[in-house]
Amino acid sequence: MEGMKTFFLMMAICSAALAFGARVAVAAPVDVPDTMAERVKPCAACHGLESAAGRDGFYPRLAGKPKGYLFNQLRDFRDGRRYYRPMALLLENLSDEYLMEMASHFADLKQPYPPPEPANLTPGEAALARRLIENGDPARNIPACVECHGKALMGTPPYIPGLLGLPRMYMVAQFGAWRSGGLLRGRKANCMSEIGKQLTAEESNALAAWLASRPMPEHDFSAAPLAAQMAQRCGDLVRSGAER
Amino acid sequence: MKRGSLAAILALATVLGIVMVLAGLDLSPGPADPASAPPGGKTGTATADPGSLQSRQERGRYLAQVANCMGCHTAQGGQPYAGGKELPTPFGTFITSNITPDRQTGIGNWNEQDFWKALHEGKSRDGRPLYPAFPYTEYTKISREDSDAIFSHLQSLAPVVQENPPGRIQFPYNFQPLLSLWRFIYFKPGVYETDSGQSGEWNRGAYLVQGLGHCSACHAERNPLGAVVGAAGGETLGGGQIMGSNWYAPSLTSGSEAGSSGWPLGEIAQLLTTGVSSKATTSGPMADVVRQSLQHLTAEDARAMAVYLKSLPESAQRPLPAAQAINEQGRAWLERGSAIYEKHCKDCHGPSGEGAPGIYPPLAGNRGVVMTPPVNAIRSILIGGYPPSTSGNPRPYGMPPFAQVLRDDEVAMVLSYIRTAWGNAASLVTRDQVDKSRVGLH
Repeated sequence: MEGMKTFFLMMAICSAALAFGARVAVAAPVDVPDTMAERVKPCAACHGLESAAGRDGFYPRLAGKPKGYLFNQLRDFRDGRRYYRPMALLLENLSDEYLMEMASHFADLKQPYPPPEPANLTPGEAALARRLIENGDPARNIPACVECHGKALMGTPPYIPGLLGLPRMYMVAQFGAWRSGGLLRGRKANCMSEIGKQLTAEESNALAAWLASRPMPEHDFSAAPLAAQMAQRCGDLVRSGAER
Repeated sequence: MKRGSLAAILALATVLGIVMVLAGLDLSPGPADPASAPPGGKTGTATADPGSLQSRQERGRYLAQVANCMGCHTAQGGQPYAGGKELPTPFGTFITSNITPDRQTGIGNWNEQDFWKALHEGKSRDGRPLYPAFPYTEYTKISREDSDAIFSHLQSLAPVVQENPPGRIQFPYNFQPLLSLWRFIYFKPGVYETDSGQSGEWNRGAYLVQGLGHCSACHAERNPLGAVVGAAGGETLGGGQIMGSNWYAPSLTSGSEAGSSGWPLGEIAQLLTTGVSSKATTSGPMADVVRQSLQHLTAEDARAMAVYLKSLPESAQRPLPAAQAINEQGRAWLERGSAIYEKHCKDCHGPSGEGAPGIYPPLAGNRGVVMTPPVNAIRSILIGGYPPSTSGNPRPYGMPPFAQVLRDDEVAMVLSYIRTAWGNAASLVTRDQVDKSRVGLH
């Protein structure tokens, strides 16, 4: 009997509370702006305005990266071509059109770059990095970085990202991923995974440190279009997902 | 669970095997059973008229979407219908087949009859019984006419050469006679039979829900042998843990889970076709189903499904866990949960869990949040996600993943708080429950 009473009391409280909850929801729902910034809030749980090291990896900043590059990454995460399960789960049911809008949003986002990191390079290491960046190593079929990533190393829109303003640790990790074909990238043979496999650890470390120590260009730079032979060699990277 | 099912299957095999041998029953794959000519089924001879073939292919394309063939027969980022998707289950991992018309690696050598045999009887072209990971237990209700239309659509696709590896089925489930035995006990072929006491719309809805839509493949409890509980007769949409996943498919016959008897028809149809409504938001596997399949429903079919779902009788209430007396330790747990809510959840879901219906789900009074088991809410917090992009909701708002941000105990605290705040009265969540849900996140 007592149990019965308690039960009914509980029911009454619950129903009252539910009704109250429902009324609140109708009366004063949270005001949600109809903007892309609001729609990409889930990204911000990891990707802040600045790049940051997280619990399970490194979360690079997204602001200002080329639109086509960002779109390809989003699509590749979703479809498992670039492997990182949390991103695949997050984007699982989103259309190409919507991913393109997201890419566009982040590409247009203006955010000042962090100051360059201290170089800590021996003169030999710095020279090695500069040589690879300007000339590559034709003997090993390694092109100069500037051939694709632009004379100013600020990328070649819309598919090739810039190399400045990125933390050294992030670049070291990316070189490793391209080389090993491991978790993140380079599962499929393509130009950057071939280059990554050619580079020695000494070379990729020197490149990462040197690039991270460079200041951003002070004034506007105009990126030349990608040379035809590079576009062909890197076809897998410089076409949008739809064309692959 | 696994050991239990093993013991059960062996015991069943022994007992029933003896009985059947005594009764002279043949367990080996044999000729088609008499059910291959179901009542009302058409023989389905292809017509030479190209106009009509085209319209049949078009119909088949739609029916294949409703049946969500592509959802399973396409690997992540793979060629549509070329198979290769892995389906993990307690019995092993199944790998879906290539159903494009390639002659070597697909079903280019099949004819309508072969396809019908697979869909209706669960048998491959060579007569081998198929594992019910392929939901022929539901597809058997599909009419011959619809089966032929789906087949003609599949045959019209560009053939894709893709050899998929065989499944990795564990012993003893890879022992074929056991599969035949399973089929003997749990599978009865038969096309959907119209209930003359109900409207045409209701019957269409029932046909879609039970057959093409194969809703009970997820929204039903399964016994340790993977058979839908109650499949032999009666209602089979009482909710259940989805095999090989950390998601619970809520009951469609319970007002405290995902039953829709109290909903306006329009809202049910809206949820099915757009993935969101003011009353609920789809996530996890249901979001997949909406994107891959349900968003393509015609308005008539969506309404028919809604009519049928709304009519499902309320199942017997599961006994709710007794209200917990929350001790001091529990109160401290909830207070920390409240602080986490304040920091990470309040902006979107509101200070009183009011949310923004249709955008950010209200949490006060939200059935998905207070459900037992709490796995879906845990999973949603861990992986976040967006409802599907659909033509009715092309730019959905989303939920951030918190697996990288919150520890297991923090997820447990905040969900415990949500499940007991603003009139919600569900059980507290433990760290272990969260830990179990992390499986498959990386």
